[in-house]
Amino acid sequence: MSYDSFVIQFLNGLAGASSLFMVAAGLSLIFGVTRIINFAHGSLYMLGMYIAVACAGKIGFWWAVPVAALAVAAVGALVEMLLLRRIYAAPELLQLLATFALVLVAKDYALWQWGSEDILGPRAPGLAGAVAIGKAAFPEYDLFLIGFGPLMLLALWLVLTRTRWGTLVRAATQDREMAAALGVNQKWLFTGVFALGAFLAGLGGALQIPREPATLLIDLSVVSDAFVVVVVGGLGSIGGAFVAALLIAQIKSFCIGLGFSQVTLVAEFIVMALVLVLRPWGLLGRVPAQARGPWTAERPLVPPSRPALAALGAVAATLLALPLVSGGYTLVLLTEILLFALFAVSLHFIMGPAGLHSFGHAAYFGLGAYAAGIFLLREKLPMELALALAPLVAGLGALVFGWFCVRLSGIYLAMLTLAFAQIAWSVVFQWDALTGGSNGIVGVWPAPWLASKTAYYLLTLVVCAAAIAFLWRALYSPFGYALRAARDSPLRADAIGMDTRRLQWAGFALAGLFAGIAGALYAFSKGSISPETMAVTRSVDGLVMVLLGGIQTLTGPLWGAALFTWLQDTVARNVDYWRAVIGAVILFLVLAFPQGVTGFVGERLRARDA
Amino acid sequence: MTVLAVKSLSKSFGGVRAVRDVSFTVAAGELLAMIGPNGAGKTTCFNMVNGQIAPDAGSVEFEGRSLARLAPRQIWRLGVGRTFQITATFGSMTVRENVQMALLSHHRRLFSFFSLSKDQFVKDAEALLDRVGMRDQAGRACSLLAYGDLKRVELAVALANRPRLLLMDEPTAGMAPEERDELMRLAAELARDSRIAVLFTEHDMDVVFTHADRIIVLAEGELIAEGAPAEVRANARVREVYLGAGAGHA
Amino acid sequence: MKISRVFAIAAATFFSLGAQAQAIKVGELNSYKLFPAFLEPYKKGWELALEEINKAGGVAGRKIEVISREDGGNPGDAVRAAEELISRENVSLLMGTFASHIGLAVSNLANQRKVVFIAAEPLTDKIVWENGNRYTFRVRPSTYMQVAMLVPDAAKLKKQRWAIVYPNYEYGQSATASFKKLLAKAQPGVQFVAEQAPALNKIEAGAVVQALADAKPDAIFSSLFGADLQKFVREGNTRGLFKNRVVFNLLGGEPEYLDPLKEETPNGWYVTGYPWSEIKTPAHQKFLAAYQAKWKDYPRLGSIVGYSTMYTVANMLKRAGGTDTEKMIAAMKGMEMDTPIGPIVWRPIDNQSTMGAYVGQLANKNGKGVMVNWRFADGALFLPSFEEVRAMRKD
Repeated sequence: MSYDSFVIQFLNGLAGASSLFMVAAGLSLIFGVTRIINFAHGSLYMLGMYIAVACAGKIGFWWAVPVAALAVAAVGALVEMLLLRRIYAAPELLQLLATFALVLVAKDYALWQWGSEDILGPRAPGLAGAVAIGKAAFPEYDLFLIGFGPLMLLALWLVLTRTRWGTLVRAATQDREMAAALGVNQKWLFTGVFALGAFLAGLGGALQIPREPATLLIDLSVVSDAFVVVVVGGLGSIGGAFVAALLIAQIKSFCIGLGFSQVTLVAEFIVMALVLVLRPWGLLGRVPAQARGPWTAERPLVPPSRPALAALGAVAATLLALPLVSGGYTLVLLTEILLFALFAVSLHFIMGPAGLHSFGHAAYFGLGAYAAGIFLLREKLPMELALALAPLVAGLGALVFGWFCVRLSGIYLAMLTLAFAQIAWSVVFQWDALTGGSNGIVGVWPAPWLASKTAYYLLTLVVCAAAIAFLWRALYSPFGYALRAARDSPLRADAIGMDTRRLQWAGFALAGLFAGIAGALYAFSKGSISPETMAVTRSVDGLVMVLLGGIQTLTGPLWGAALFTWLQDTVARNVDYWRAVIGAVILFLVLAFPQGVTGFVGERLRARDA
Repeated sequence: MTVLAVKSLSKSFGGVRAVRDVSFTVAAGELLAMIGPNGAGKTTCFNMVNGQIAPDAGSVEFEGRSLARLAPRQIWRLGVGRTFQITATFGSMTVRENVQMALLSHHRRLFSFFSLSKDQFVKDAEALLDRVGMRDQAGRACSLLAYGDLKRVELAVALANRPRLLLMDEPTAGMAPEERDELMRLAAELARDSRIAVLFTEHDMDVVFTHADRIIVLAEGELIAEGAPAEVRANARVREVYLGAGAGHA
Repeated sequence: MKISRVFAIAAATFFSLGAQAQAIKVGELNSYKLFPAFLEPYKKGWELALEEINKAGGVAGRKIEVISREDGGNPGDAVRAAEELISRENVSLLMGTFASHIGLAVSNLANQRKVVFIAAEPLTDKIVWENGNRYTFRVRPSTYMQVAMLVPDAAKLKKQRWAIVYPNYEYGQSATASFKKLLAKAQPGVQFVAEQAPALNKIEAGAVVQALADAKPDAIFSSLFGADLQKFVREGNTRGLFKNRVVFNLLGGEPEYLDPLKEETPNGWYVTGYPWSEIKTPAHQKFLAAYQAKWKDYPRLGSIVGYSTMYTVANMLKRAGGTDTEKMIAAMKGMEMDTPIGPIVWRPIDNQSTMGAYVGQLANKNGKGVMVNWRFADGALFLPSFEEVRAMRKD
């Protein structure tokens, strides 16, 4: 690498950092004040891009940028007032579900409004060319971005430190309850912060159009990058976001410059994992105050009533007898629902009772699936043995990753699970010889005696029912209680001799093991496995299932998985804009039943009993 | 018999000496109150005893065994119970289940996957709840309890491992005056019956002078007085410190 | 998706006044939501063909009914959609898919369930070779074929130092591997001086452009497409990467990827693609007129693929005289048929069609990208020998 190209790559990194910083700063602000993990932040960015591209033709690029940013800010304010404001008191993470639904709606809206083709925006008038740096040329517009990022940092810093509003924002970031006690009008503070965050996202998107086309795929890739930056920098720290954006953009730039371009697939997640392991609160973050949960405490666990047990038994018996009257696709769909139910229940096991929010649970589902495929095809093991051994691999993976994860809590833990899942995904994606790379492995079929749909359905039913029963039963065991104890009050748990980390570690590994069972069953039901099996979208699906059903209920994940899988299957078959429809359904459910569907039904039943 | 022996404990935070050369002992069945005005180093001192803060110098010995570098949960295993200034209980569990958790932990049954938690140590748990007068509320969720009752639950939890030493941080903080006396009377009774050594910090001087067997007084990180309530009450230095710091407390 | 079904039924009622045999059900699935830019034209292509076929009386007196499904954009959901088509809708065969891994997963299912599958869009070589099976047939010229079509031009230019950039997944990897192998054979001593493999849809274009420039190549081979290609082209133009350098870009001339480049379109790049406005063969003229009449839009390459896939199905059914799977497979072996871009043969050895592609150079005409100096490359000439195929296929 020559000196010239070193300088250019450094400047490339700076330009990349500026764009990254703006989205991340918005996300960080929103999280800091409202504690909402705004999954739709990338969608706001995408809207910014599309609006800017659409306006640039009429009013010119330089006017289009502020117009787009303000329009997106207005969208953000509306979203906060009409949607999020209604569910601040809901159990944690429900807001995440709501913003996930917004992602679906926004994507289909953009498709409907602007069409499917990528739209490459105009070059920035006045900055269309390049300047010579050494023997290389560097775009003028990138130089502008390099200056603009720090300017925004300065502006934000002034707003946050020199205005009364900024003081309130900082106070709320540090201690929400305290700020509320000080008589801050929280409603408008939250709306304002959300609008500002959205503004920054829209601005980031709009400023990007001279560099890349507006596409429908940008939303999720941007939001995951922004999350990484926010966490690496330290939640709620604007300066941290800037430093982290710089670090990650430079690492990517130099990976490419030095010829390790493959690493860019996962570079940011490796950085995030390292930072979280070594410096859990991020580069410039502060140790968060012990969160005093805003939601109502969960009810004590009551043993299932006789009618409830009878109902579950009846469901199981019906499912068992089903092949007598129905065949074909019903069994295929039910097979899928059953194994996703197990996946969701295993996720709920650590998310609900153990309070460990995993954003990367698909890693263990995928490990189970891949292990099954590899045992069967590469190791030539009998299918039955492959199915039995595969979950152990998933459990082992969870044991390794879990060791690091349980050292953290809350959102930090969630992001570390995500980082590990992404790293595992990228290994699977790259390791052609073992995993078949991006194409995956084909020919993972069950043994002949299990090959028929009926036989495989029955196998899945028996295994999943047994596994779910075991996990539920385990919640009533001392171990299950110990997990809830460690969640309810780590301080008290520690003071009565409980090794909370070991307990959570064991819980994490157990959940991974059971996700692995679901994954192995999945592999044999599909006949093939590809990296999507463990992609972040699968983890998100799991979260949606758990939250949809109700995180504070035991059977919630079961119904959530059934509802979500069935919805996807039916809606996707019958409606063109199925994503928007699913998003709308989720939004409706979130607003109507903030406790989750099962939570709502349970609430009603209790009210009737009382 | 000395249960807890604290010798020459010191701790500085960024050059400020929070605790300087503090030594004291607590005997079995004795209630020792640690008092002092705000900023006297009580909390720091207390947290060094219970293992949350590592001292710069000095030692903490429980039954002749050093507690240095032990985590709170290891200290508990040796036979030290704790209550917190702000109660820490398991909100999603019933009163009985809270006590059962402590018993399960004490009997090292936490990693049991197959038994039912609700069937474990029921009698022991109810006996403990009986002792703190909470048996009739055993089935209620902790999140629904009145604050005073929560304190009692904590006490029952703290007694589950048959501790020989009980550390109580501001045991009556946040309670109504009439409840305070009741709780402390209960604690004192339990301590004397079971020969438990008790170290507690407390703001309420009525509570302290009514229930403590002995009192140590900290001011500016140093131990300035030690003795029976009457002696301490008469101590000129203590009066000066307290009156100087505002007589409102006494 | 519903519409085509409704249409087919309506058409069936309208055109058949007497007793009408039941329609032949064909299951179609694709990632319409994930790759709408490519798949909307594809869908319009097969819908046009379906209309023509049924207007002409269908196959042996039976209409064709296509039941189309969204495949969810991932192999797991695609397999479920295919299962639904097979077992609930009782379709006689499957067609469709776009991404390689989804194509492979569905092909694998077709093999297990013993159902004929006409893979329309997937480019992966594996679907007919390493992972090929007797039930799966593929329409579009594969990665290998399209690379092979570009190599003669590349070799002719006698450039010594080549740099390569490709999206980091199977398509890009195998395009790169094939290019290196074929070019090294055609031009011994050629050097490959740099390789950049940015993640799909996540290219850091500025850094990649600089890294390629650092290697001082004489020529560049790229298999980028979509948003990655647009970013790469713009950065490369601004930073002067393409000045005095020859660039080859697989698929770069397909309207799906070329049209969004507009005024950025670089001059002189060698590409495979589809110069739809300039093909004057009668077959294409007829197709073009019908397409534009029906859709008020111009066709993309996907339209050709969709149209040809549908006709493949019809021709196969005609030849098989029904929907018996074994007869359909037998009918496909060596079947010859016409497509808008020329006649094709279905190779018995690997179930690959000999569909070709257009090879030419890009030109920026008034802020629009077009292909110039193009010629049609017959797919049959760019396939490996039967011996090589036999060595790769497992069946």
